[in-house]
Amino acid sequence: MNQKTKYSIETLSKPSTAVESVVVRFAGDSGDGMQLAGSQLAMSSALSGNDISTFPNYPAEIRAPKGSLMGVSYFQVHFASHTVNTAGDQVNVLIAMNPAALKGNIASVVAHGTVIVDTDAFTKNALRLAGYETDPLKDESLKEFQLIEVPLTSQTRAAVASTEINHKNATRCRNFFAMGIVYWLYGRNLDSSRRFINKKFDGVIAKANSLALASGWNFGETTESFARSYTVAPAKVVPGTYRNITGSEAMSLGLVTAAHLSAKNLFYSAYPITPASDILQRLSCFTDCGTRTFQAEDEIAAITSSIGAAFGGSLAATGSSGPGIALKTEAMGLAIMLELPLLIINVQRGGPSTGLPTKVEQSDLLQAVFGRNGEAPMPVLAASGPSDCFNVVLDAWRIATKLMTPVMILSDANTANGAEPWLVPQLDKLDPIVIHHPQAQTSSHSFDEDTYKTFQPYIRDEWLARPWAIPGTPGLTHRIGGLEKANGSGAISYDPDNHQAMVNLRQEKVAKAVELMPTLTVTGPSSGDLLIISWGGTKGACHEAVSLAQKQNFKVSHLHLRLIHPLPKGLETILAAFDQVLVAELNQGQLRHLLRAQYLVDIKGLNKVRGESFLIGDISKEISTMLAGELV
Amino acid sequence: MKSEVALENVNFASDQEIRWCPGCGDFAILAQMKKFLSKQGIAPENIAFISGIGCSSRFPYYLETYGMHSIHGRAPAIATGLKRMRPDLQVWVVTGDGDALSIGCGHLLHALRRNTDIKILLFNNRIYGLTKGQFSPTSSPGLITGSTPNGTVHKPLHPLNLALAANSTFVARAVDTNAKQLTETLRRAAQHHGSVLVEIYQNCHIYNDGTFDHAKNNKIKADHVVELKHGEPLIFGANADQGIRLNGVDLEVVQLGFEYREADLLVHDEQAESPAVAQMLAAMSYPHMPEAVGVFRSVRQPTHNELMPDENPTHASRQKRISELLLGSEPWTVS
Repeated sequence: MNQKTKYSIETLSKPSTAVESVVVRFAGDSGDGMQLAGSQLAMSSALSGNDISTFPNYPAEIRAPKGSLMGVSYFQVHFASHTVNTAGDQVNVLIAMNPAALKGNIASVVAHGTVIVDTDAFTKNALRLAGYETDPLKDESLKEFQLIEVPLTSQTRAAVASTEINHKNATRCRNFFAMGIVYWLYGRNLDSSRRFINKKFDGVIAKANSLALASGWNFGETTESFARSYTVAPAKVVPGTYRNITGSEAMSLGLVTAAHLSAKNLFYSAYPITPASDILQRLSCFTDCGTRTFQAEDEIAAITSSIGAAFGGSLAATGSSGPGIALKTEAMGLAIMLELPLLIINVQRGGPSTGLPTKVEQSDLLQAVFGRNGEAPMPVLAASGPSDCFNVVLDAWRIATKLMTPVMILSDANTANGAEPWLVPQLDKLDPIVIHHPQAQTSSHSFDEDTYKTFQPYIRDEWLARPWAIPGTPGLTHRIGGLEKANGSGAISYDPDNHQAMVNLRQEKVAKAVELMPTLTVTGPSSGDLLIISWGGTKGACHEAVSLAQKQNFKVSHLHLRLIHPLPKGLETILAAFDQVLVAELNQGQLRHLLRAQYLVDIKGLNKVRGESFLIGDISKEISTMLAGELV
Repeated sequence: MKSEVALENVNFASDQEIRWCPGCGDFAILAQMKKFLSKQGIAPENIAFISGIGCSSRFPYYLETYGMHSIHGRAPAIATGLKRMRPDLQVWVVTGDGDALSIGCGHLLHALRRNTDIKILLFNNRIYGLTKGQFSPTSSPGLITGSTPNGTVHKPLHPLNLALAANSTFVARAVDTNAKQLTETLRRAAQHHGSVLVEIYQNCHIYNDGTFDHAKNNKIKADHVVELKHGEPLIFGANADQGIRLNGVDLEVVQLGFEYREADLLVHDEQAESPAVAQMLAAMSYPHMPEAVGVFRSVRQPTHNELMPDENPTHASRQKRISELLLGSEPWTVS
């Protein structure tokens, strides 16, 4: 039997129907391998040429009580023959590994959608744990869905019985059996997942997982539950080489690349925190790129060690999430005072305090812009989605080194964990990041005390930046510190005129960041009835909703901001060209607050703080309301 | 890239006006440091001094080296980042009892336990001086300060015991006004590979004058200070007639010449792998016991940088490696 040819779309015996777009959600206990199943489906779909977007959702508890509602995690994959901008509003196929997974996710399934359940998991006890009074498989509650009942557990065990695998591990292959069914349903090729299995697992486990995957595929092919399968044609995309990438991966690669483009070694320091830890873990594997990572004893040491590395002339970066960023506050002020380049990454999550550690929110924007003592301006950039994390790091590092300032990069839980295809850039086509370090003024071999003591660490260039003189350079020894410095000499100064001048100067310098970023572009007409403004990871939902509205002749346009502080050039003119302006953001109106204060425009807000991103439908509904029309 | 040059004539004094109170113990330490730096043969540009907040933390401003006067308690962490990326530099940290043992205690212990090659000088004056006289983590019980009108009630921290508990590989104590012993300690600290903690008894004559009188006053110090010398028995006293011996698991002061002879005394071994005896020596405190000065522990263990799998790829190999990483394991091409 040649398995390679057997499991492919050409060999399907049942009729196949073409569809444009599908959203699949794998839901189960935290330990059921749902994240793995979903990410494998995403990979396989990307390799089939579909555009994809994914959304992993998981609880803060590592292993919540088995079968409980709070222990359910899911992974959602949206794949389509057209461009995809979000992980999808509604689910076409739900795979529920137990009653709790069904109960917690059924509300997201589209009417007449497919629901695949593991009937073996629908025991009395499991139903009780999920809070079901009657068995949903037997009452009428699922009648509007296409319910596919599969004894997944027993089928999986039977499928892997020929291996020597033990009972417990056999059951754990269930996710691969479920994947196999979905792969059959959408004509996905098994090869990439087979390669994954052989790389990730050894011996009998690898064999059993492979068997489970193939048996799931066979189950789809032979069971009478499925009358037909579906095909999703490749999406039309710009030619080139693509890969699937998460926000954390893109952020990590961005850092390594920024270091390379500026001929620096990377120092990345962090304290473990969800959802930012992934960046630390990934970078720790990149020692062969000259990267040094440091898991610090706390958030403060993470940023202050970075400041030390920046003083030493490295590309220094630290990453965290809201609570950790709060702890770094004082040190950010130090970096501003020292005027050293430094990247601070905030992968935002629900707050305040510990809040919702694994859920998305955009509620740290004002913290990023203002959250420090004193007049402490710092450029703030936000990544527009998973792959943009790469570019945003390069932009941030250009700004940081050109202006000699720390720069904050905002990401969020969904951007960090979500994945999408990425047109891989060619490293040699990226512009180098040129950094000028002042060179030795004298050699210590001919020691001249006067020359030694004349270096001015706070003199200014045309960008108002001070020189980045690094230790080891003869003749440039100098001291910097958190006390106010006299402009030019860098000596401690409590002089009132100097302090006013330095506060003004730091502000003017940061304001120059706008000149280092591309000009704004509005998607759609440059004037109209309504402008929707987004920032960060909600770009996709706003873009989709606006595209939909434009097709239905609504006079609505979309503007997305990547530079949050200082606000980009030309924004005032754009705002003035629309009758109404709406800022859609996952907070109570933080960007709106800034824009209203800056431009005195009566901007409306669409705000959501549910630990969930926007659905396209959320935006569409607001467009309908604001423009008094029916958007369908 | 340490310049091997004679630096005898290099004046390590910066052009900054020194802002310590006249008569402060910090002046003596600064003077010895400048003298030492000009002799050790490392060029000023290859030295960095990092400090936190407090009177002692002004130290870097007064030295013509690279320096950073940072924020309260964080100097060990800043120095760690600097040393990780710049192993070629000699990195010093100057801190005080409040900076290192209160707000920055966590950073201190972790810097020491990692054996990061940084030299931490802890100026201990048992008081918050810069904030005008509140008790510090090393203040003696009963000390009346601005914030303890009825006297402090808490037990003091002993920095050397903490350092030894953190497995610091070089632990020493010096006294600000004992120039010879201080310079020798600085020299040893500079030559050590790994984490260094030197506690320097430093007198704040404004807010806590005389706190180390027992170790500084020439009339009485001989009876209250024992100088540690590797391989030699622990003898002290104006007449060199007292010694310290190990009695069971305790240290005990004994009179020489009668019941006990030199051979009965504890012989100092700064290279002992176990910090246990060093812990006992560090715990000796006035007035119950003499206090030890000198090097308590000096052992060679792999440093933080030596333990890390650092690589310095060439531009070409990094270009190749990053290109691979950008492509990932499963790229596909659309034509």
